[in-house]
Amino acid sequence: MTRFLLKRILNMIPLIVGITFISFLVMSLVPGDFLSNLRMNPSIPPAVIRQMEAQFGLDQPLMLRYAKWLWAVLHLNLGISLAYRVSVLSLIGSRALNTVILSLSSMIFAWALAIPIGVIVATRQNSIWDRVLSFLAFFGMSVPNFFFAFLLMYFALRTGWFPVGGTFSVDYASLDTMSRIADRINHLILPVIVLGTAGMASLMRLMRSQILEIKNSEFVRTARAKGLSERVVIYKHVLRNALNPFVTMAGYALADLLGGAALVEAVMNLQGLGLLLLDAVRSLDVYLVMGSVLMGTVLLLLGNLLADIALVAVDPRVDFSSMGSR
Amino acid sequence: MSAPVVTVGTAQFAAHAAAASNGYRAALAREWRRASWPVRFSTICLVLFYLMAAASPVIAPYDPTLQHRELPDCPPMSLHLSAPSDWHDGFFYSHPLTLTDPIARTYTESRARRTYIHLFSRGHLFTTASSDAPYFMMGSDGLGRDLFSRIVYGARVSMTVGLVGVLISFSLGITIGAFSGYVGGLPDNLIMRWSEIEMSLPSFYFLLALAAVIPAGLSAVETFVMIVAIMSFISWAGFARVIRGMAASVRSRPYVEAAAALGGSRMRVLVRHVIPSVLGYAVVAATLSVPGFILGESALSLLGLGIQEPASSWGNLLAQAQDVQVLAHYPWILIPGVFIFLAVMSFNFLGDHLRDRLDPGNAG
Repeated sequence: MTRFLLKRILNMIPLIVGITFISFLVMSLVPGDFLSNLRMNPSIPPAVIRQMEAQFGLDQPLMLRYAKWLWAVLHLNLGISLAYRVSVLSLIGSRALNTVILSLSSMIFAWALAIPIGVIVATRQNSIWDRVLSFLAFFGMSVPNFFFAFLLMYFALRTGWFPVGGTFSVDYASLDTMSRIADRINHLILPVIVLGTAGMASLMRLMRSQILEIKNSEFVRTARAKGLSERVVIYKHVLRNALNPFVTMAGYALADLLGGAALVEAVMNLQGLGLLLLDAVRSLDVYLVMGSVLMGTVLLLLGNLLADIALVAVDPRVDFSSMGSR
Repeated sequence: MSAPVVTVGTAQFAAHAAAASNGYRAALAREWRRASWPVRFSTICLVLFYLMAAASPVIAPYDPTLQHRELPDCPPMSLHLSAPSDWHDGFFYSHPLTLTDPIARTYTESRARRTYIHLFSRGHLFTTASSDAPYFMMGSDGLGRDLFSRIVYGARVSMTVGLVGVLISFSLGITIGAFSGYVGGLPDNLIMRWSEIEMSLPSFYFLLALAAVIPAGLSAVETFVMIVAIMSFISWAGFARVIRGMAASVRSRPYVEAAAALGGSRMRVLVRHVIPSVLGYAVVAATLSVPGFILGESALSLLGLGIQEPASSWGNLLAQAQDVQVLAHYPWILIPGVFIFLAVMSFNFLGDHLRDRLDPGNAG
């Protein structure tokens, strides 16, 4: 167990270095830099610009800057946001938490609905429910996240039942703890519906095909031959085995969720990692972009790792030694 | 769509023979009869959208950049059938709208007056006698530009981005994947490690970071090329890995070994035997990955990092909806989203159908 974990974590290091280096390279390709606007301003003396260049290391060659950045990261120092003038870590921390809350709630929402619906649909194969729900799933898979977000925002505007975008209300600071939590949840409902339904459709289809496949396997026939009730066969034998790929998928679903969350955050104005990155990209805030990409990558790799561990927990057939090289 | 069916699928040998004797149209008609109604609907949608892209100047009633300053944020106009006695003026007419409150942008319909809509006139599918009295089928935007015309021209970007992107990323994926799987060894190892890095990227984050590289002031076509290049760069890796796996399993098949034993060079075996064997899968996967490109372009343009005004794409038309006031009062601005949805859904249905037809072993 420890060996496997160690191996997986060691495997993550070259990945992180590779990804951050590509991002660094990309940011250096961008024409102009954060100071371009200031240089245009005749009222700022060139000496000040040069001082700032030196302060932010903009006058140094690319490789040196990357090496310095990497060294600083190893000391948990992600640098200073050029635009906000505060440390990147403090900016990212709270934003990443919001993104994680949004992603996890969407995932729970999607799974809580997709698994029972998948079971219902698969146990009544080719019934009217199966056809209608399978068609709706296809429909749901095709609705773009951002379009669905707009539709729900319009719905919220018309009915006034939900807040239209934003992470919390204007008077958030004056509320007590319970009202704060309620306020946050109230603001989460629409984004969670948007993100959750997107994942739900494909999860439901996967659940359906999994159950249909397992229903015909021999151990299910044995279970039936033993005289077990249909309920026990489905819930104890079929369902438990059908869930395995879901655990593997959870890690990969996180990648989609992070990407989807970024877009929904931007559209619905939620204070998450994606919106932060978007702002940083727009203002060419190099270290903030790097920090956000790094954070996204770490979240993603961590998700995959957790999924692997969970897979071992639910499926005794999988052993660690075979999973090191993946 | 039917051509790859005839040439690719081994299971379609019968269809192939039939096509040879009865001709192409009979095979096409049979495919049509086989298809379920969602697949037929999808095919019709895609044909219409590509027609829109190919013949934008004809199908759009007005110039997409023409600003009707006196009609900003105008709602979709009503459409009425003329009485038979008025058919010489036009089969359809609409009542002109006039701006009554320029601040709240409210309009009143002048029931007494009519704007006749002429079909096939002045080189357009339908238009009005002059652009001074326009007919806004889907309303207008904040600058008084006809939304429908902008959607029609936007189809050029949104409908081609998927095809071009898939073409690039799949050519890369097939070539690199087949090479990697068939050759094996060190090149295989290097390519696979590199693709692992690319696949571990939080792709949307990376897309945003890469979009910042696009310099301001490029023409719409140049921006389009940049976007396609960026998205292809991100998406080839996953596909290359699947192709690699298939190529590696094909490598030890008797017919490939026979081809090599008969003196076929590596290149020849690769191009003539390995690549064709993975083509059926590739067609299905290609169709199913078109939506990703369409959505990627829309998302970037929506966030203002893609296609820039005054050029239009279905994504940047939706950008105005980010303003809550606009969304609340002028909801017709969301119509381009319906087009994105229809295009994505059509490709999904079509890809699913192709999988059933070309790849029967992998149903589900």
